[in-house]
Amino acid sequence: MQAVLAPLRSVAGAAGRVALDLVDAPMRALQRVLGVPRIGWMFVGPNLVILGLFTFLPIVIDFYYALTAGVQLYPSQRPYAGLGNFATLFECRSYLDPSSCNKDLFWRAVYNTAEFALLQVGLMVLFALVTALVLNRRILGRGFWRGVFFYPVLLSPVVVALIWKWVLQRYGVLNAVLAAGGAPPVEWLTDSHWAFFWVVFVSIWAHMGFYTLILLAGLQAIPPDLYEAAEMDAASPWRRLTRITLPLLMPSLVVVLVLGLIRAVQVFDEVFVLTGGGPGSATTFIVQFIYMTGFAEAIRQYGLAAAASLVLAVSLLLLTLVQLRISRRSVAGPAGRDHA
Amino acid sequence: MNARSLQPILALAAMAVAAGTLGAEIRVACYSDGNECAVTQDLAKRFEAQNPDVKVIIDTVPYKAIVEQLPVQLAAGEGPDIARVTDLGGLSKFYLDITPYVKDPKYWEANFGQTLKWLRPSPTDKGIYGMMTQLTVTGPFVNKTLFEQAKVPLPGPKATWDEWADATRKVAKATQTPYAMAFDRSGHRFAGAAISMGARIFDAKGNLVIDDGFRTMAKKFYDWNRDGTMPKEVWGGVGGNTYRDAFEEFANARIVLYLSGSWQISRMDKQIGRNFDWIAVPDPCGPAACTGIPGGAAFVALKRTKSPKEVGRFLDFLASEPVYAEYMARTENIPAHAGVARKGVDYKVSPAARAALDVFVADVPNLSPIAYAIQGYKYNRALFNPTAARLGQAIVGEISLDDALKRIASDIDEQVKAAQK
Amino acid sequence: MPSLRALLTGTRGRTAPDWTDWLTYGYLVLGLLLMFGPVVWMVMSSFKTPAALNEFPPQLLPYGQAEVNVPGYDRPLPLYRVKVADGATRTLAEVRRIGLTATMVDPAHPQDEIKVDAKDRERVRELKFAWGNYVEIFGKFAFGRYLWNSVFITVVATLITLIFNAMAAFALSKYRFTGHNVVFLMVLSTLMIPPTIILVPNFLVISQLGLLNSLWGVIWPAVATPTGVFLLRQYMLTIPDELIDAARMDNASEWRIFWRIILPLSAPALAVLAIFSVMWRWNDFLWPLIVLSRSENFTLQLALNAFQGELTTQWNYLLAMTVITLLPITAVFAFLQRYIATGIASAGVK
Repeated sequence: MQAVLAPLRSVAGAAGRVALDLVDAPMRALQRVLGVPRIGWMFVGPNLVILGLFTFLPIVIDFYYALTAGVQLYPSQRPYAGLGNFATLFECRSYLDPSSCNKDLFWRAVYNTAEFALLQVGLMVLFALVTALVLNRRILGRGFWRGVFFYPVLLSPVVVALIWKWVLQRYGVLNAVLAAGGAPPVEWLTDSHWAFFWVVFVSIWAHMGFYTLILLAGLQAIPPDLYEAAEMDAASPWRRLTRITLPLLMPSLVVVLVLGLIRAVQVFDEVFVLTGGGPGSATTFIVQFIYMTGFAEAIRQYGLAAAASLVLAVSLLLLTLVQLRISRRSVAGPAGRDHA
Repeated sequence: MNARSLQPILALAAMAVAAGTLGAEIRVACYSDGNECAVTQDLAKRFEAQNPDVKVIIDTVPYKAIVEQLPVQLAAGEGPDIARVTDLGGLSKFYLDITPYVKDPKYWEANFGQTLKWLRPSPTDKGIYGMMTQLTVTGPFVNKTLFEQAKVPLPGPKATWDEWADATRKVAKATQTPYAMAFDRSGHRFAGAAISMGARIFDAKGNLVIDDGFRTMAKKFYDWNRDGTMPKEVWGGVGGNTYRDAFEEFANARIVLYLSGSWQISRMDKQIGRNFDWIAVPDPCGPAACTGIPGGAAFVALKRTKSPKEVGRFLDFLASEPVYAEYMARTENIPAHAGVARKGVDYKVSPAARAALDVFVADVPNLSPIAYAIQGYKYNRALFNPTAARLGQAIVGEISLDDALKRIASDIDEQVKAAQK
Repeated sequence: MPSLRALLTGTRGRTAPDWTDWLTYGYLVLGLLLMFGPVVWMVMSSFKTPAALNEFPPQLLPYGQAEVNVPGYDRPLPLYRVKVADGATRTLAEVRRIGLTATMVDPAHPQDEIKVDAKDRERVRELKFAWGNYVEIFGKFAFGRYLWNSVFITVVATLITLIFNAMAAFALSKYRFTGHNVVFLMVLSTLMIPPTIILVPNFLVISQLGLLNSLWGVIWPAVATPTGVFLLRQYMLTIPDELIDAARMDNASEWRIFWRIILPLSAPALAVLAIFSVMWRWNDFLWPLIVLSRSENFTLQLALNAFQGELTTQWNYLLAMTVITLLPITAVFAFLQRYIATGIASAGVK
């Protein structure tokens, strides 16, 4: 390892010195002009430019798409439609029954996404917590076991989906195990209920490791004196868990829940490859609806797709704000007291 | 170091590299059903040898890229110079009329007349926009070995869909094959059967319509899927209008009859080979017709090209009789070139493939004019895509069949209206 | 503190393992099976011939049909175990099959042809690794080219990401300029924008900038990762301000402070971000799919993902391709796995 790193380090060092000197002079000049506090803008500048060009500008264009109709790609060629796209999206006799809606697939996708997000995040955080607690114990080869759970996180969504598709297909290994036990084969991915279950399962499988590590880090940051004190008070392990561990883990749990929920609502890649949104529309989620409307159809309705995207973005924003508000209250409580 | 200052420099650098090649360069975006792109590559090398001032680059891409990426690129003014496409009418606004760039427009009219219409943006247009690389016909493949094992006689050439359903059900039961029949998950396949059942597809004004004939076929199809004649997972297993073929089911002898089309022949040859006897049979009949849908992929010239003359020359080369005949022979496709079709193609294929090709070629005279019309209709995707999506939903029980049919009609309306804006 | 070690552990017993330890290890082993099992199964399946892949129930190890070279025939003939008329079982080679009848020969006596009912024959199997799956893939597509594209994008994007994100994180953690809260919120808010929804407008922007079909068109939009900024900022908040003030008093420019003090001190967090960036860029597929349409610019993921639509019924190639695609990331993982965990620990906790 060292032999590889040493020459790399010297090359990096040389490159670093060159970059440093090149940029130093103009930066010093700017610093004199702007003053120290405002030089911050220069540092955050490149990032902001990229974000501006490739995230915010497209969102503005998205707004324009959402307010226009037709199938033209160039905004200037699209006829104005006002809030027509939104009206189409929200045209429903009853919001609780997707089949009574104009865009029934959109509303099915909304309900599917909500169900998925709640289930997946809830179960995944639970499993991540349990795994983190287990990994926090004295075990042999903790690094190895940690790696085991983290490995699926590194795989691309396509690879994840293909791995499980291979296992779950009608003549795959899972059905073989069932057959060995005498049970008939199950069409895992084409049965509406099982397809949803597996989508949740595969999603948890692929992402749990990441959150496990965050929670593990949080667990390892809890000062051991607290446990020592609890042992001296002969507190039961359950009490240790609920009175010390969980409250002090709250900040990490909040991070995990927020990030997990944001990701869950945007689920697309692995599900699309695994089930294609089927059977029927049982595993069609919002991002897939947007993709289908704006890309996969021969007649692309960019306006409708953009409108749906904006609805999604706003919902996500609200969700996150609500989450942060709730968590602020719970974090301030017990942790605040103990960290006096 | 600011990102903004780098971008124009990088763009310039990229352009310089691209322009560095001498002479004209034409890029062809190609997808293969079997080996079309490899053969095209070979022919392109021959063209380059005869025309040293032109470089032809064949980009082999998956079919998905042609369907999803290419239209967006073309709309943004990007993309290749020639592309092999199947949505002939839908992309017609991007095509280039190569009439001024080909040696003899009359040759093109004489040999490609019928199919040139499919590429024209409007019925009154008389331009030449590309060349069909194949004429495909939809039709069923049957596992003859299973029929023999079950000792059930093959239905005759004028057998109806119901007769085929009965026969294949008997065969499936006797040989313990899981399912009797399957269609590719595609409204294009379904349309052929629907037209045979009496669907007129177009109303008096020339707009798409869902009529009783269509409904009858839909009900049959729905019943077959629900009662176990057909595997639910083909149409019901994926969502939206995702294309899924039932080739694997057929190749693994899990279905007896497989409705697909002539472009699958070379794939059958390669993958099934002699594992069992596979044959093509004539399109089953309904009260109105015994039809499939013609179609095929075409090399189309694109407006954005900077080398229209060279595009014309290359397409001229491919369309010349000896080259086209060789192309057909090597890709095992049915020719769209009248001259080549008259002379017959010297296919160097297995006897099974030969027999199958003959069956499909014999299907061509039986094609209903409605089938030609829907293939040439600019917005035919507005019919095909919702058919797949909604019938799929009905098959898994998400919505009722009546709802599905209503939704198909409203989806068609919505898409056609949007496309016309 | 002698009790520290004992307390950091959770085991109840001091010497003998008790039921909680069994439960712990049981859980871990279950986790191992669940996490690695499917991957291992896929790797093993990738060595099977198409015929072996279609078998149900599937065998654990790759078996293929045994073949034998029979004098007088130019191709090797497949071997079957056949029940002959007198009830015995013989091992025969099949010459051809027409309809329901198979014509077989005894490899020892190739002159006599024996007609057998196709139902009475059973394949003879042997362990056969279908290396052909892998070899033919290399023939089918320009693996080297795609690998280079993926590596280029990954390495360059990671370097730029590290620099830009570190600069932004520095600004947002150590400076109090007006509007710095707004900027932070803006950066964070982009987390909530699924890339799919800005796909089409982004495509417009990229094509207007002339970056279409270029690897740079894939790199530039990807370098301003909000997660990276967040991660680095959290870490940089723990760098004591006194260090910076001391440097300022020594008349160092802000840029020097950033380069000479902040960056080296943030090395653990930078390492984590580097690993994440490598992972993200290596696995990117939707955006490169939109930007890159010339086959020579395809990335490895693009090739796998794009061709998976073509090969859905040819699992043997699909599996082999999938294995090839996940090998590099697995190697990186095995190598750097310990850094990943410690990095997240130090950066993500606060």
